[in-house]
Amino acid sequence: MTKKFVLGIYDDEDVLLQAIENVRAAGTNIYDVFSPYPVHGIDDVLGIKRSRLPIVAFFCGLFGTSFALWMQIWMLGFDWPMIIGGKPHIALPAFIPVTFELTVLCAAFGMVITFFIVSRLRPSIKVNVFDKRSTDDKFVMAIEVKEGVTDLSALTGLLRSNGAIEVNQKEVIK
Amino acid sequence: MQHVSPIREPLVTGGKTYHDITEDVCRQVEAKPNARWAAALAVALVGLAIFIYSVYRTLWFGIGEWGLNRTVGWAWDITNFVWWVGIGHAGTLISAILLLFRQKWRTSINRAAEAMTIFAVICAAMFPVLHMGRPWLAYWVLPLPNTFGSLWVNFNSPLLWDVFAISTYFSVSLVFWYIGLIPDFATIRDRATGPIARRVYAALSFNWTGSAKAWSRYETVSLILAGLATPLVLSVHTIVSMDFATSVIPGWHTTIFPPYFVAGAIFSGFAMVLTLMIITRKTFKLEDYITLEHVESMNKVIILTGSIVGVAYITEFFIAWYSQVEYEQYAFINRATGPYWWAYWSMMTCNVITPQLFWFRKIRRSLTATFIISIFVNIGMWFERFVIIVTSLHRDYLPSSWAMFSPTIIDIGVYVGTIGLFFTLFLLFAKFFPVVNMAEVKAILKSSSGVHHHKHATMHGTEKELSTTNTHHSND
Repeated sequence: MTKKFVLGIYDDEDVLLQAIENVRAAGTNIYDVFSPYPVHGIDDVLGIKRSRLPIVAFFCGLFGTSFALWMQIWMLGFDWPMIIGGKPHIALPAFIPVTFELTVLCAAFGMVITFFIVSRLRPSIKVNVFDKRSTDDKFVMAIEVKEGVTDLSALTGLLRSNGAIEVNQKEVIK
Repeated sequence: MQHVSPIREPLVTGGKTYHDITEDVCRQVEAKPNARWAAALAVALVGLAIFIYSVYRTLWFGIGEWGLNRTVGWAWDITNFVWWVGIGHAGTLISAILLLFRQKWRTSINRAAEAMTIFAVICAAMFPVLHMGRPWLAYWVLPLPNTFGSLWVNFNSPLLWDVFAISTYFSVSLVFWYIGLIPDFATIRDRATGPIARRVYAALSFNWTGSAKAWSRYETVSLILAGLATPLVLSVHTIVSMDFATSVIPGWHTTIFPPYFVAGAIFSGFAMVLTLMIITRKTFKLEDYITLEHVESMNKVIILTGSIVGVAYITEFFIAWYSQVEYEQYAFINRATGPYWWAYWSMMTCNVITPQLFWFRKIRRSLTATFIISIFVNIGMWFERFVIIVTSLHRDYLPSSWAMFSPTIIDIGVYVGTIGLFFTLFLLFAKFFPVVNMAEVKAILKSSSGVHHHKHATMHGTEKELSTTNTHHSND
């Protein structure tokens, strides 16, 4: 199925932010905005909710802590207890470094893997960018065209009047 | 957007636009390798060949090929290990700790510094693995079920903590570095003309589009990774120092070691970053991105950490005297006046005296002086580890077993070889990867380049509306 999009091209982040606010105020639904770098404040104007990835990191880290402690206590305390330097079998202070490292390892990898999955980031040679300049120096606002509903000329006018340097159309096979 | 005082020096000079940044950074990725790069790679490959030969000798004939003896059981290998790990501290410090401190100058140097970290840790890992003598059994350091009745590893041992610390540090740094590379790979992909380049960079870019939601998550991930990497980077050298500090060898058994080693690691890491960046900015014409302001900021870190290291050296001496422990006192007197006095005083000169020259603004902002001092610091930090390790061991409790250490040609070969390995990796990185983080530099361009300051100043008077929008979004 092909979907049609109108692309507003901007070349300044402040103009873009203002434009997003105005376009949304005019009742138009923005499909997505593509930028060469993270634009501060874009989350607020686009209404993007705060990412829950820190929560993922926290629970992955918690798993790392518990796993590391369980592993060390079970291995040295129960499975094969050994006297090392006359210290207790379960010498908790000595277990802190490995516990800490595994906490960090699990938190980091758990969060990053989740980030790759939810953002659909994976190695692939097929690329679907709307406008190749959006990874260079342009900001691209994509608005989906609904047949019979969207007034193309009015939309183009709205984008132009809000500082778009170009307004293009693009069909994408979804 | 964020407000930056107009009296601050711009971080990007030369009136660059977003497109200029893309062009300047992608240029050497897209161009054919030039002669200078090829010549440098040839030299590095000679080093790599030396490495391979020395490793072959070490593995085929055993570690008897090294100059170790019964008294000095740790020498060049561990010196080189600690030296490389220390160098590997600057990258994550720059990208993680400076991110948390909102130091914008990190943006143009973090990519290369992190690459340096990763390659330095690879070099570091070679030494303990080779010192095992039978590296094919290296997996024995992991707590894996085994046929010895499942005899587990000793979790009380700092050497085992090291295994966990270094491998965690390496993998988390690698992931942090790669996440930062994804948007830049996408930039190269979208400019690529050749079919192979396009496919390779498309695969490397993980299908990145730069959508607002992805950027939002990207920033969250970067921030949390920075938060995780900050204690991690401090833990790594702390644990390395515990390899020594938890023993009962006079000269090693010191509680000051963790902070002293961490400061030393940052000190040597920044020195190596400066050595590399001064060459890189010149070779790739990145003077507008890595400015004198950047060099000066790094020199300030060097003077701070160098002074911490200097105070630590003096404190060790004081404590040796104050403790009234005869052996401890002898270890330190022997360091400064014994047969290895030259190593000790090389360390003192390079690490304590030379960085103090950075108190002069002129020297701090001179590229030649900075380059020379950074080499001095690299040498000094190598001697620091040599002094700590060899002078503490070579005269132990029984004078009958006192000995000296001298490296064999293979010892030297492995060390010089890792430098070759390091530069081979770094040169390949510099050719095929974007050496400056384009996305992050673009993000600070408006607030931190000279051009926009003027623009901003004139805007304030005329366009009230626009400046109120700016303050509205200042949630950085």
